[in-house]
Amino acid sequence: MTGPAAPAAPAEGAPRRRSLVERVRAVALLPAIAIGLALVIGGIVIILSSPLIRGFDLALPLVAYRALAEGAFGSVNAVVNTLVNATPLVLAGLAVGIGFKAGLFNIGAQGQFLLGALSATVAAIALNDASPWVAIPLSLLAGMAGGLAWGFIPGFLKAFTGAHEVVTTIMLNFVAIHLVAGVISGPLRGAEVTFARTDDFAAAGLPLLIGRNGHLGLLFALVAVPLAWWIIYRSTVGFEIRTVGANPDAARYAGMHPRWITILTMSACGLLAGLAGAGEILGEVGYMPASYGTTVGFDAIAVALLGRAHPIGILFAGLLFGAMQAGAGLMQVQAGVPAQMVGLLQAIILFFLAAELIVRQVLRVRTGDGELVPELQTVSQSYGDQASR
Amino acid sequence: MIESESGTGTAPTAGRRAPVLEMRGITKRYPGVLANDGIDLDVRAGEIHALLGENGAGKSTLMNILYGLAVPDSGEILLDGKPVEISGPHEAISRGISMVHQHFMLVPVLSIAENILLGEEPMANPILMDRAASHRRIRELGERFGWEVDPEQRVGSLSVGWQQRVEILKALYRNARVLVLDEPTAVLTPQETKEIFDVLRALRAEGYAVIFISHKLYEVLEVADRITVIRRGKVVGSRIPAETDEEDLAELMVGREVQLTVDRGESHPGEPMLVVETLRVRDDRGHEAVHDVGFEVRAGEVFGIAGVAGNGQGELVEALVGLRSVAGGTVRLGERNVTGHSPRDLHRAGVGFVPGDRQRFGLVLAFPITDNLVLNDYYLPPYATGLRRNEEAILAYAEQAIAEYDIRTPSATIPAANLSGGNQQKCIVAREFEGDLKLLVLDQPTRGLDVGSIEFIHRQAVARRDTGVAILLVSAELDEVLELSDRIGVMYRGRLVAVLDGRSADREEVGLLMATGGRGGGVQPQTMADDA
Amino acid sequence: MDAIYGIPILGLVIQFVVYLVEAFPVLAPTIVAAATPIALGALCGFMNERSGVVNIGIEGMMLTAAFVAWWTASVAAQLVPDLRLAVFGITLPLLIGLTAAIVAAMLVSAVHAWLSISVRADQIISGTIINIFAVAITGYLNLLISQQSPPSAGSFQALRLPSAIEDIPVVGWLVDAFITVGPIGLSMLISVIVLQVLLFRSRWGLRTRAVGEHPKAAETVGIDVIRLRYRNVILGGAFAGLAGAYLTIEFGSAFQGEMTAGRGFIALAALIFGRWTPIGALGAALLFTTSIGLERSIRFAPPEGQLGELLTAVPLQFYSALPYLITIIVLAGVVGRSLAPAAVGKPYERESKAA
Repeated sequence: MTGPAAPAAPAEGAPRRRSLVERVRAVALLPAIAIGLALVIGGIVIILSSPLIRGFDLALPLVAYRALAEGAFGSVNAVVNTLVNATPLVLAGLAVGIGFKAGLFNIGAQGQFLLGALSATVAAIALNDASPWVAIPLSLLAGMAGGLAWGFIPGFLKAFTGAHEVVTTIMLNFVAIHLVAGVISGPLRGAEVTFARTDDFAAAGLPLLIGRNGHLGLLFALVAVPLAWWIIYRSTVGFEIRTVGANPDAARYAGMHPRWITILTMSACGLLAGLAGAGEILGEVGYMPASYGTTVGFDAIAVALLGRAHPIGILFAGLLFGAMQAGAGLMQVQAGVPAQMVGLLQAIILFFLAAELIVRQVLRVRTGDGELVPELQTVSQSYGDQASR
Repeated sequence: MIESESGTGTAPTAGRRAPVLEMRGITKRYPGVLANDGIDLDVRAGEIHALLGENGAGKSTLMNILYGLAVPDSGEILLDGKPVEISGPHEAISRGISMVHQHFMLVPVLSIAENILLGEEPMANPILMDRAASHRRIRELGERFGWEVDPEQRVGSLSVGWQQRVEILKALYRNARVLVLDEPTAVLTPQETKEIFDVLRALRAEGYAVIFISHKLYEVLEVADRITVIRRGKVVGSRIPAETDEEDLAELMVGREVQLTVDRGESHPGEPMLVVETLRVRDDRGHEAVHDVGFEVRAGEVFGIAGVAGNGQGELVEALVGLRSVAGGTVRLGERNVTGHSPRDLHRAGVGFVPGDRQRFGLVLAFPITDNLVLNDYYLPPYATGLRRNEEAILAYAEQAIAEYDIRTPSATIPAANLSGGNQQKCIVAREFEGDLKLLVLDQPTRGLDVGSIEFIHRQAVARRDTGVAILLVSAELDEVLELSDRIGVMYRGRLVAVLDGRSADREEVGLLMATGGRGGGVQPQTMADDA
Repeated sequence: MDAIYGIPILGLVIQFVVYLVEAFPVLAPTIVAAATPIALGALCGFMNERSGVVNIGIEGMMLTAAFVAWWTASVAAQLVPDLRLAVFGITLPLLIGLTAAIVAAMLVSAVHAWLSISVRADQIISGTIINIFAVAITGYLNLLISQQSPPSAGSFQALRLPSAIEDIPVVGWLVDAFITVGPIGLSMLISVIVLQVLLFRSRWGLRTRAVGEHPKAAETVGIDVIRLRYRNVILGGAFAGLAGAYLTIEFGSAFQGEMTAGRGFIALAALIFGRWTPIGALGAALLFTTSIGLERSIRFAPPEGQLGELLTAVPLQFYSALPYLITIIVLAGVVGRSLAPAAVGKPYERESKAA
């Protein structure tokens, strides 16, 4: 697939970088429009469903959105809650976004998250009598290793058999769910528990830092984002990842190895999602139930697309979705609008991002860069091709 | 109007001498090039009219216009004397114009019958097709030429010659009156070529009007009734075979003007730098595209390989730069055996490569110019220390390269996609022509470029040659090869059929070799006999 | 020495095979019932991919249809007279629910078709968005509606045949498994057979195959590639509608969030495994769901002796995970993508008439 047609020769002049404002505008304009439109449509849905809530009410969206904002930012605890919700979204969003950079669609963040949580749990239970200084780092490492493994598998399969990651990662998501259920119900089942779950973590629980539930895990996202940014945009490895995502043929010619980049990238994605899972289970929950589940996987896709696969964008998108999730409870209490509205808003945002072409034509906006996430062209094309050479 | 029944493949009755098809004053301009310039062409029923010209002369554009795939800027098309508008292929077909494309429009997984009948399927009832009837008709169609057609056979498993037969049957099935064959013998063996000629003669006898597009001189002389030669978008001559010969046609085809825009001066060749021996390379379909090719390129000289595209040059080049595996033979760089080495190894060893498909292999269009310029060396100092990339060093190098190679751009950081073709190529040249070079491989280096860029790149190439670099130039542009090469090889059907001295090589001689594979005139060039 | 270890293992294997064969007639109805939504989902994928369009949004379409079927039937049951037919236990509310589900799925399909064919957006993103959307909106509406505790509209009943037929040795249990099913189950079987025939013998089938493999060749003989793709994709939605409706109004469960549990993706894998043919997809679906039957059988009627101990020692979750594991193995090893319709996933642009 070739790039856009070359225009006439550009005017001469000294080389000049686009200003920061212009660059931010080019990247952020489309997501901003999508968010705005989503709020509008979400508001319409709320109005239409208001008869089922408390009777028809045209002002209900405003009440709902106000409650949403208050629940997200209205107090120190609210802000902390937002951060706590945002952290796994940001980490998992990076897990998806880095995949995009390499031309891979990682839908397996959910399974990688679960494996991370499970591995961390196994280590935590084993180290329940150890000192926290030992238990916490080792459990976190175990979580990252578990997630990495769950990312390695589809990466390896894609690189050497051509099995498209879109289906294999989803399958592994389900396998992960059953694996968790099997392990927790069986070997790891707690001693005196009333339902299928492990014992509480004694040593490996992450310490509380701030507010009611702001645990150590908050720092992970704050560390991961700049680190991911640096690796992708400032390091040689990141350059290779991006090249493989943009043009695998040129990458091959330049001496890179698309196969190994694929495996490396998927493993790194798994590691990040696994860390998210480990953080959640050790910091938020404190034990692991056999029915432990998460919607982080699909939310992360929305975060990655909204953030246009850029770590900074993912940070903001993750914060936005985290805020919405944090405020959803209050919205349900104060306005009676089900918390699922948040999921609906996310889905509408995504829809408009995908139909960007229509958005651009309808609103006659110039959004600067061409595609939503350009590397995604590689994703769809590899669906029909044979195994990557 | 001559009517005939659809699906029976019966021909219109011959006997009219007024043209069935006329194209008058066809002009078509694409950005940067005048593809067709006031072209007149007409064909009569019961006639084979050959359209002769080099690659890029404008034949394809003209036929695309005829088939409804392009709209002319001016001019008209007349059928039986009446002007018609052809808005698309299906309309061309319904008006009786059928085209056998150079790249077949066949669906490999479907059977012969299914391919031929697609779009005009005989039905047993409103839902199901009538297999028996369709198979019968196809067999009957084939018998007209003495072909035993198995309607059930999958097209994908057919030989190329048979696929072409299916394409011809497909055209005939649809009540064609005008048959256009685009380079039909480009992919055929000598025996298959003979058979196609018999088919064409049979079609002519039945009254079809046949347009036969080719660049092969002796074929055109053998089978055509009239020959029209196109060069650079214009008709430069019309001949009858009895009144012309290959030299005359070659002269018309390639023209007398030789544009030597760069005086390359004397070369001072040194030791052999690239030595290729009995090289064999397979193409994507597994057939051997390069047979036992051997040559050497010495330091400080330009060895140009001339040939019509598709005779194995592409596969040869890909094998030499590590993008395609080698089936046999050896490649040596100086004393080192580099057969089958990876692109990165070859780069490190001092090989630079300007690829023919520059947007696919040469650039990452989405990336800024800076990244494209360091695509080979991004991991080496000063562009990187360990894992860390040094943006300042990269930018500094890029700005220097932009100035040195006169790359017209407002900024070093805009995406390569925003550059014109010529400037994109200059980026690749800036990248590949640098460093401790021993060998430069240039594949179609100036294809589609403007004159200024062409001249620039040619100068750069000669300059490198004069510093002792060995240069292998592969180009379908005969002018380019003649202008730059100190020695010239000609590739024909996967073999190197001749090596000539650049100074004394005659334009017509090389053109003949490109088109026929053998020296001198005559009907059967010697190389066709030893093709399996 | 190997022979000594070999004999007990061989014995176990033989025991296992015998166990399967004995259990199979009893399990067959369960297996077929579980395979039905998957096969129907695969038919949806079949209509899409054979025409050259990737559709990973089957899951979302099924989920939407499941919800719409359940809810519309429930609403209709309160509004509409309770007319009943003896066969299949058809009631008007159920019919309304079924129809609504099919229409809803076709509408969603139309959106996917529009995004993929006209907007030429990335087809995998389009499908993913449909999935996310479906989960979100069905979850949202489900929560709203459940608060009102709507009554269930019941479900379709299986066909009843004279028991004499079921007593016939081999045919008996085949009939029991495939024919004594509800209307959607039967429609699955009929659709598989009909589409299989149509694919290779009808004009529609030929043109669809051509468009999926080489749209340009099809265009040059006058076939309208765009229209054909739109029609097939939207019709494919109907099958996803049937699949989703099956889950709530034939299988008989109330709607639960995300109840499709990956069936849409297993359907895709079944399609690939079945080489993009309806019968192959059905066979693959049956293979995948055999493990579900296996799980049930081992849980409630394990074999005797050593084999029984071995099989029950394996955690039940392993059997639940088996369909997914098989899918991965299939994708990675056996079939390979080289058999996919050649033009799948590539948006098609008509020959431009402008310069």
